[in-house]
Formats: sequence, structure tokens, C-alpha cells
Amino acid sequence: MSILVNKDTRVITQGITGSAGLFHTQQALAYGTNVVGGTTPGKGGTTVEGLPVFNTVEEAVRETGANASVIYVPPAFAADAIMEAVAAELDLVICITEGIPVLDMVKVKRFMEGKHTRLIGPNCPGVITPGECKIGIMPGYIHTPGKVGVVSRSGTLTYEAVYQLTVRGIGQSTAVGIGGDPVNGTNFVDVLKMFNDDPNTEAVIMIGEIGGTAEEEAAEWIRQNMTKPVVGFIAGATAPPGRRMGHAGAIVSGGSGTAESKIEKMKECGIRVAPTPSEMGSTLYTLLEERGLLEVCKTH
Amino acid sequence: MNIHEYQAKAVLAEFGVKVPQGKVAFTVEEAVAAAKELGGKAVVKAQIHAGGRGKAGGVKVSKSLEEVEANARELLGKTLVTHQTGPEGKVVKRLLIEQLTDIRKEYYIGLVLDRAQGRIVMMASQEGGVEIEEVAAQHPEKIFRETIDPATGLNPFQANNLAYKLELPPTAVRKAVQFMMGLYNAFVAKDCSVAEINPLVLTGEGDILALDAKLNFDDNALYRHPDIVALRDEDEEDPKEIEASKYGLSYIALDGNIGCMVNGAGLAMATMDTIKYYGGAPANFLDVGGGASEEKVTAAFKIILSDPKVQGILVNIFGGIMKCDVIANGVVAAAKQVGLDKPLVVRLEGTNVEQGKAILNESGLSIVAADSLADAAQKIVALV
Repeated sequence: MSILVNKDTRVITQGITGSAGLFHTQQALAYGTNVVGGTTPGKGGTTVEGLPVFNTVEEAVRETGANASVIYVPPAFAADAIMEAVAAELDLVICITEGIPVLDMVKVKRFMEGKHTRLIGPNCPGVITPGECKIGIMPGYIHTPGKVGVVSRSGTLTYEAVYQLTVRGIGQSTAVGIGGDPVNGTNFVDVLKMFNDDPNTEAVIMIGEIGGTAEEEAAEWIRQNMTKPVVGFIAGATAPPGRRMGHAGAIVSGGSGTAESKIEKMKECGIRVAPTPSEMGSTLYTLLEERGLLEVCKTH
Repeated sequence: MNIHEYQAKAVLAEFGVKVPQGKVAFTVEEAVAAAKELGGKAVVKAQIHAGGRGKAGGVKVSKSLEEVEANARELLGKTLVTHQTGPEGKVVKRLLIEQLTDIRKEYYIGLVLDRAQGRIVMMASQEGGVEIEEVAAQHPEKIFRETIDPATGLNPFQANNLAYKLELPPTAVRKAVQFMMGLYNAFVAKDCSVAEINPLVLTGEGDILALDAKLNFDDNALYRHPDIVALRDEDEEDPKEIEASKYGLSYIALDGNIGCMVNGAGLAMATMDTIKYYGGAPANFLDVGGGASEEKVTAAFKIILSDPKVQGILVNIFGGIMKCDVIANGVVAAAKQVGLDKPLVVRLEGTNVEQGKAILNESGLSIVAADSLADAAQKIVALV
């Protein structure tokens, strides 16, 4: 078991003929992901890597039976691409594209109300269930199948956490990058709920950063509902207020969204916070040991 | 992206938002000429990208042309230090010469993104002219909010609700509603990230005016607003940040002495945090991005080293898409080009890590290799 994606997930790539779309489709295929096709308007009828290319998502879904898509189209067209995938009633849409205007995402979020599609991202590394399905730009080889869930707003910090787990012999159930934008499809609480309900997940690492209050809300949810141990880390304790730190959402404004307030809230809610990003893996390791979960989480 | 008050007022005026009459002045002569057009009396307002100008002495009410001249002479070229500029302050190079306004009462109106809802929210308060953050912290009940559905935009009834909650005189309500509608339309049309009118004023004649105006814009949307990009004042930005943006690098100057080059925004922040944790101080935030080329890495290196405060560099790369050998080649090329004479600690992990390490070892440069981020941070802190 896992969350969001597994070996049965049938994926199409939106923007499959672009350089990023093509490269990462090849990588996904090499990993064993069940990629069934792709779309690029105007390129319908051609093939890429032996996969059929369609002009529209609607057509791609009809012809391939896809239930998920991954989006690599440029930022100016990405919001429309998300809505196209939602309209085609895919279960899952993962948007990798960075740099989508915030007001475009406000519209997308409104458009998605009442629809059943789950959006991950935008501006995210994607989702991977190790050994089964890799959708996104993460390096596949650092992952190992296992029982720890990872959820993060940052790409490379997710890799850092996953790698620290893998070298300690602790595999991952699913790693989810929810993205660094201020308006996104899926937040920490959504993913934590799924991990909490997933029988194959024994513990979770949650990686946040400055800006907004999603981590505080997640911490409160954990205090009230989470039955599994959680390790946390927040990036950006040294970031100056009012400056956007790379990610559009990583900004401390009006005194809210600081690392201090997030860390304090997480500790208060029983989350074990790693003091440095180098200690995410070891902090979890110790916590698993204390809870008697180390043996089940170790990959032998 | 930020713009000046006078530019923000011009943008808002296009959308029917009422602002006082005024003109920008770059010289004392222009200031006096502008004041003459206003009838000899004017407010002389320093134009810098920071709030708190009034308290710092950057806003001068001038009752005669002589006073306008004296105040313009004093302010132009002056370094203004406000709570938002940092201790080094900002040099005043532009003035807004504006008509005097008869203020009956000050209010606050703002538009921001509510991230949790994914919606724009209009906020209004009778506590105008003070920091809204302070009001929010001490008297949250004094801030009124209307959440805006992007499908309909701000509805007149919502603006009406706010106008009545502000207890405006009946004759001013309709004007305030028009003002709010115009402000929202400007916000959406120009892809603002923040709009703040603080204070909004009710004048003696019963008019509603934006006495001050602050607009910030969503950097992601600038591609569709060349008119806004044209308002950019590079004097207000760090030259290193401007240079970095040319290469698509995300760079932010900080006060410390350890230069950082990292891939990924989260990891870049975490690297700064780790340096601080081990007692050092980062000189910058720098994300080279996912697809950095050798050329980009070289540019990043040069920008870091152009900061005279930098006494050592930490390179931290977790190669996913970014291959470690590419980074290593870039680092070696850059270090040779600039004749690097400062300590350099490199931590590489991920795709092609062995090739990357070999390139660094065989380069003949004195590079300190590190095994983890914690190890790297401790080593560079010890070296500077």
C-alpha cells in the first residue's frame, strides 16, 4: 500500500514533446511508471518513446484510460492545462511547472470546487511510491520501498530527507512534494490524512518552510488526529522578512509565517523537530526506536 | 516587484481610484515647478521603496514655494532610515510633490491573498495611518474582511458592507464603494500581490482619497505586464540581485560573510539555517535552480564573490536533475576564472556524485570536500 500513486496508476504527460516533458517521461518509463501517453496541442497522432501523443487531454483519457496526469507545460499555459485535466475528470493531476501567476491559481482553485480531481503542486517535484510509480522530477534511485511517508514544500529538501532515510535502511511508502507556491492543490493536512489512513505507513517526515500558516494548521491537525509519529523540519529561520526566498510562497510578511512560530507550534503539538536538515533522518530513526517501530521500518 | 508611491497612484488612477493631485520631481527645480502648479503649497514626499517614511522625516508639509524648495533640497540625496530600510537606509532620489489634503479621518484599505482559502481578501479598518500588523495583533476585531470569489470579483454589496462597517458618513459611502471596486479591478488587472491604501482619507469636503498607496506585483506574472516592468527602479535594488536575475538565478543579499550556492529554494534556506546553527552567518541566499549549466554556475560564483563581505564559500548540491559533474565543472571553471583565493567547501550528493568529486580532486584547486550539509557548514564556519 501507499498513497496517491502505485503500479496501477496510468499516467499521461501534458507537454510530452517539450524538453522537460520528454526527459522526465523517459526517466519515469525507465523507473517503471505506467506512462500511457501524452498531450501537446498540434502534435496529436505522433508518437514519443513509443507512446501516443494527443491534441487534448479529453482525447488522451478516452483513448488510453489514463487516470493521472503530470504537467510540464510553461507557466503561462499551466493553469489552463490543470483545468483541462480537471475537466477530463482525472483522479490525480501533478503540476511540476514553476512560476504560475498566483491569480491564475486562485482561478484554478475556484474552478476545481466540487470536482473530484486532486491536484498536487504546482511548483513541486511530484510524487513517488518507490519501486512502483515515479511521477515528477525527483531522482528515482535515492528512494527505497518502505514504510515512512514524506511530505514537503521543497524539492531538494525532500531528496535530502529521503536519502538520509535510505542510507539508514529505512524505506519510504510514498514521498509527496506539495510545492512551494502560496496557492496549491493539496496541503499538508490532506497528505497527512492519507498517510494516517494508509496501513503501510508507520511514520511521517513533514518538511515545511517559512510563509503562510499551513504548517501550524497541520500541527494542530496532528495533535488532534494523527496516530503515527511525525518528525518535522522548517527551512528559513535565517530568511529576512519581506523577501521572497526563491519559492513564491516562502516569504515572511507582516510578522506571520516565521520559522520560529512554526517550530514552536509543531513542538507544542508533539512533533519531533529536527534541529538541522542534516538530522531529519537521524531524528526519525531515534523516534522509531523509541516507539518500537524501527524493526518494521527497516528494509532488510 | 515593488514600485514607488507616485507610480502606484498613477496605476490606481487609471482604474478610477481617487488620488491627490501630484507630480514626481527628480530635482529641486522640478519640485518647485510642480508646487507652483498646485498653487504654491504642497506636501514633499520622499520616494523610496520602504514604509515608515513619515516617521523618518521623509514627508514634509510645505506652506510656501520657499518651504517646498528648502524641503526638496534637504530630502534629495538624503539617506532615509526607516524601520523597513535597515540601518543603512536608502538614498532619496525622487520626490512626490502633492497637493495638501484636508484630512477629516484616516482609514485603512488593503487587498492580500489569503493562502489558506486561495482567495483574495479585502480588509478595511478605521485604524488608518498606523501599521496594520499592529492592529491585527492587538485589535483583530477592528479589521473587517470580505473574501472575494474570483468568478464574480468584488461585489458591490461587499464593498458596501465594508463602507458601512467603517461608519463613513452616508454621503461618502458611494464614493468609498467606487474606490474599493477600482482598487480590486487594478489589483486583478495588474496581477498585484499586495495593495495597501494606508491611509485612505475622508477629506473635509467629504471625498475619499488614497493619501498613500503601496502596490507590490507578482513576479510570476510580470511577463504579461510590460507597463509595470517599465516602472522598475533599479536604484532600489541590490545590483547583485539584478545581475543574478539576468541569469535566471534566485539571489538575495544578506549580511554575513559565508557565500552560499545551492540548488533548490528549500535546500538553500536550510543551508543558510545550518550555517547559522553552527555559529556562522550566510552572505546570501542563492538557488541555482534545477537545470543549471556550467555558464550559470560560473555566473553565480562571480556574483557571490562580487560581495566584498564574502570570506568563504559553501557549495551544497543535491543532484537530482542537476548532475554533480556539471556542477563540479562549473565550480572549477569559475574558481579558475576569478582566481579564487578564499576557502571553498563543497558538498555534493546525488546523480554522478563520484565523477563530480573526481573533477574537484583533479582540479588542483584547494577545495575542502564535505560529506553532509552539517559537515560542510561546520567546515566553512571554521575556515572563515
